[in-house]
Amino acid sequence: MTAPLLEVTDLGVSFPHAGGRHRVVAGISYALAPGRTLGVVGESGCGKSVTALALVGLVPAPGHVEGSIRFDGRELVGQSHAAWRALRGADIAMVFQEPMTALNPVMTIGRQIAESLVLHRDGMGWREGEREAVGLLEAVGINAPRDRARAYPHQLSGGMRQRAVIAMALACGPRLLVADEPTTALDVTIQAQILDLLQDLQDRTGMAIQFISHNLAVVSAIAHDIIVMYAGRIVERAPVEALFAHPLHPYTQGLIATLPDPDHRVARLPVIPGSVPDLDTGGGCRFADRCPRADAACRIAEPALVEMAPGHLVACFKAGA
Amino acid sequence: MSAAVLPRTDAALSVWRLRWRRFRRHRTGMAALAVLALLGIFALAAYPMQWFGGFDPDATDLLARFDPPSAAHWLGTDEAGRDELVRLMVGGQISLLVGLLATVFGGTLGLLIGIPAGYFGGRVDAVLMRFTDGMMSLPLLPLLIVLGAVDLTKLGFSPEFARSGAAGFWRIVVIIAIVDWTSIARIVRAATLAVKERDYVRAARASGAGAADVMLSHVLANVATPIIVSFTLTVGRVILFESVLSFLGFGVVPPTPSWGNMLNNAQELVTTAPALAVYPGLLIFFTVIAANFLGDGLQHAFDPRSER
Repeated sequence: MTAPLLEVTDLGVSFPHAGGRHRVVAGISYALAPGRTLGVVGESGCGKSVTALALVGLVPAPGHVEGSIRFDGRELVGQSHAAWRALRGADIAMVFQEPMTALNPVMTIGRQIAESLVLHRDGMGWREGEREAVGLLEAVGINAPRDRARAYPHQLSGGMRQRAVIAMALACGPRLLVADEPTTALDVTIQAQILDLLQDLQDRTGMAIQFISHNLAVVSAIAHDIIVMYAGRIVERAPVEALFAHPLHPYTQGLIATLPDPDHRVARLPVIPGSVPDLDTGGGCRFADRCPRADAACRIAEPALVEMAPGHLVACFKAGA
Repeated sequence: MSAAVLPRTDAALSVWRLRWRRFRRHRTGMAALAVLALLGIFALAAYPMQWFGGFDPDATDLLARFDPPSAAHWLGTDEAGRDELVRLMVGGQISLLVGLLATVFGGTLGLLIGIPAGYFGGRVDAVLMRFTDGMMSLPLLPLLIVLGAVDLTKLGFSPEFARSGAAGFWRIVVIIAIVDWTSIARIVRAATLAVKERDYVRAARASGAGAADVMLSHVLANVATPIIVSFTLTVGRVILFESVLSFLGFGVVPPTPSWGNMLNNAQELVTTAPALAVYPGLLIFFTVIAANFLGDGLQHAFDPRSER
């Protein structure tokens, strides 16, 4: 295995709350090698997006990031604003969820793509940047890129917009692409196209992708490794095949069970009972209240992430039971 | 659809071309532009009238007071026997220029305060907005008296300049700008607050844009609509405000005419010589209306989504 491009160790994000600090995510550790895709799965509010924002240094104002993020051997946590600005968009780029709102409605597509080129490349002017934008639009599979570069976001379809957003992110040839729910707002057919596009771009450029979604099926289509998050913690981390073949955490098992399976139609898909607990529930496993296997021990101590098989980690006392 | 049909111009240029095309399709906006252009030509026509027609806006003729329109005085004469038409033209130069410059200066100040306040929020917002509130709460009249009494020679201007008509003109522009920027600042701040939460601002930041880049290229363009609206409303207010200042003796000092002070002078004569109030009143009216419609047209031009 190649040396990791991104190494996250014990990452935590906390916000001030009622006199104390509210830890939204904690104990996040993983590594990501060039050319690999890491899927991050979890339901709304589990801390996926905050983790992604921490990677680009955009955790909103009162939030505090602790732990370590090493990118290409360089520590990112605590670096200066200027260093973040130089890194963002150049080496680490981000794709946001809503292609409609991620594009400025009063700016042409070409100019928006050119923006990061102008910001990061020395001596790059707008005119030249916009010329290069045409090539980028072509690279993300947009027809008549010259015309599209001059169009405004509302003149493009949803799928084209998301392609444009990806072109924006790719402008400077980033080595890490953080995609936060990039397909969630799209039709299923368009979703598949965008996933193919990302895959294709990765094959061509060798960038690493961190792909965030609440949809396990989508993530499994593109990721090499998957992290399952629950209430701000990693509950399971495994290569995608292992995760589907032998899910160890009851939450992961629940998620997989809820996926519709075209070969076995059932009247009602199973659900995981209950909902995400308040963060900071005190001791114990955060999933205990919804877990079919939980017992008294689960509510006393929080299970640590342990390696059950090579590359397959899980945070559950009852794993494999 | 085909690439060959569209002209291949420089993209940055074509944005302004597109705006102009959208503006041209906006009929009332175009009409307003024509009206304002006519008013401008009307005001500038004072020069040929003075140079070649021998008209003097300040020449009094006490034997010809309140004359009706005639071959010599096309719109008649005022209470001092001065030619009404030439005075309207000269007054137009001052009123239109005051309206334009005071709006632009006040508006720019409002933008410079409002955008950072909304964008940065927190302490920056608190300081800038409390300053704005403070300015708004100052009683207007004493403020005007103080500003009107500022001795320009003490500020380093030459005595000749301080006594000249230009000094009075600039004094009025500055006074109005200082008094008038607050409402624009508040509108701009509110609009900025909404825009900065948008994903495209986050996306721009994620591509490495700094605060200045985001404010200039993303926020400014997206708050253009409320800015244009408040600008055009301000133009009309400023022209009337100038007349109030002139009335109080801080502005354009008679005998130099402005539409505002002509209208004010005519107030007491409205029963004897109503036309003297009607002429400047109509001109101010048309200016204000045209400015508002021009604002509509500009709004249309600046919003790419308005393209039918």
